[in-house]
Amino acid sequence: MNEPVVLQPDETFVLNVGPQHPATHGVLRVKMTMDGEYIYDAETVIGYIHRMHEKMAENRTYTQYLPNLSRLDYLSAMAYCHGYVLAVEKAAAIEVPERAEYIRAITVEMNRISSHLVWFGAFVMDLGGFSPLMYAFDDREQILDLLEGVTGSRLTYCYFRFGGLYNDIDDDFITGTRQFIKRMRKALKMYRNLVTNNIILMTRLKEIGPISVDLCQRYGATGPVARGSGINYDVRRNEAYSVYPEFDFDVPVFTEGDSYARYNVRMEEMEQSLRIIEQGLDKLPDGPVNPEKKIKTVKLPPGDYYTAVEAGRGSFGIRIVSDGDKSPYRLKLRSPTYSNMHLFDEACRGMLIADALAFMGSLDLVIPEMDR
Amino acid sequence: MIIETVKQQLQGLFPASPEAAPAVGGVDTQEGQKVEKGGKETPRVDGIIERNYAERGYHLDIQLAPDQLLAAVGILFDCGFFIETITGVDWIKDQQIEAVYDFSRYDFDLCRVVIRTRTPRSQPVLPTITGTYTGANWHERETHDFFGIVFQGHPHLIPLLLPEDADFHPLLKDFKA
Repeated sequence: MNEPVVLQPDETFVLNVGPQHPATHGVLRVKMTMDGEYIYDAETVIGYIHRMHEKMAENRTYTQYLPNLSRLDYLSAMAYCHGYVLAVEKAAAIEVPERAEYIRAITVEMNRISSHLVWFGAFVMDLGGFSPLMYAFDDREQILDLLEGVTGSRLTYCYFRFGGLYNDIDDDFITGTRQFIKRMRKALKMYRNLVTNNIILMTRLKEIGPISVDLCQRYGATGPVARGSGINYDVRRNEAYSVYPEFDFDVPVFTEGDSYARYNVRMEEMEQSLRIIEQGLDKLPDGPVNPEKKIKTVKLPPGDYYTAVEAGRGSFGIRIVSDGDKSPYRLKLRSPTYSNMHLFDEACRGMLIADALAFMGSLDLVIPEMDR
Repeated sequence: MIIETVKQQLQGLFPASPEAAPAVGGVDTQEGQKVEKGGKETPRVDGIIERNYAERGYHLDIQLAPDQLLAAVGILFDCGFFIETITGVDWIKDQQIEAVYDFSRYDFDLCRVVIRTRTPRSQPVLPTITGTYTGANWHERETHDFFGIVFQGHPHLIPLLLPEDADFHPLLKDFKA
């Protein structure tokens, strides 16, 4: 399986994977130059659903841009909205009530679990196991129902406002979330016994698609991809934004660098997110969720501001260049999948095509976020 | 502290000349505040400014000439920085395009570095940094898509996010759809 392959560049053919292919989970195309079953070279072609979110930002006010953020990564939209409101609040020096910040952290972590559950189901399905998807979506459904109750939407949330939230959470949400934590802990145990320790899964993933620390540094990989390669980097802890310093949680790191390590990072992250949610509910302070003085127009002082948050797939960054107007002069979205996918071209060389698709699944791609 | 190390090494790129003297190692928050109140961010002299992280989100703000870019990026690579992103800003009033390079670190020695360099708007040309950071490839292609900056030496400078026959640059301020 892992013997070095001597590739024969003069006997190759080109294989098009995508733009419509079940394994790419979106409109992504990979032009693979194949030597038999082995990949000689690959070129990823993206941009099929590019919508120019950055130009849209220049044409609307800061508040009008809020809904755009959840259209980037529709699976962990909450984290992207969080990054944007934090960026604007930091630049405009808007104070956020503590309760609002706690609720933000709770909902972001719930969204992270639901995002990882989609990845888990889809990834295992890529590898040929269909039933875990049904279980994962069942669990995810609980989160979507809870979040729908407070935010009003199931995927494309627009729940955060500058200085606070759209509305406060209610008792139903709190009791429902506590029940969910219990349920999810049981489910994670089941996933571990049924899927993680499954010999077929291990054989499919171990030593497949190794990513070195050097590769991560050159491509700027972050999130579970970097943490699966032994890089202890999580923006939630390294930059300690929002109320994350108040929580006691671990950052799972695996040193193997293979697909199985990335799989394990995400599985353990779900447990850690549960811990954060539980602590958040315990510590949840009373008080308002919006500032006393209503914020009408948001204008940032001229300057250049950068904010990063840990989204479901890695470090999501926002750069706002302001000229003092009510809409940004320039807004740049740094999406984690973009950098994580970029290293695929180099890392998949010499791999069997079946392994490469497993490797691609372990990168956890969300195409609209990559194309923006 | 890595900030001091990086600052010291980068300082070597800016030989102290009488006129450039104030810019080199420009005083940290005072400079930042002056910028804030004056309401004028640009243009500024090449040099290193230490920014207030809590306010700006990065520690070192370096503006340099295009021919110093590779040396500066090389220093950051050797210090263990990873590439966060590359982007551009169109300063149409100055008739210049600014390329902005973001770098950060994986370890706990938190230090975010921003490198800026400006190129004339009529003929925007910059050297590529793909030789050092392979991952700059897509970022530079994207910046070429949006701003039309030509990255000299780039291995594959074709449209990435825009259609393959795109001959427009949508993030330029005078772009009309």
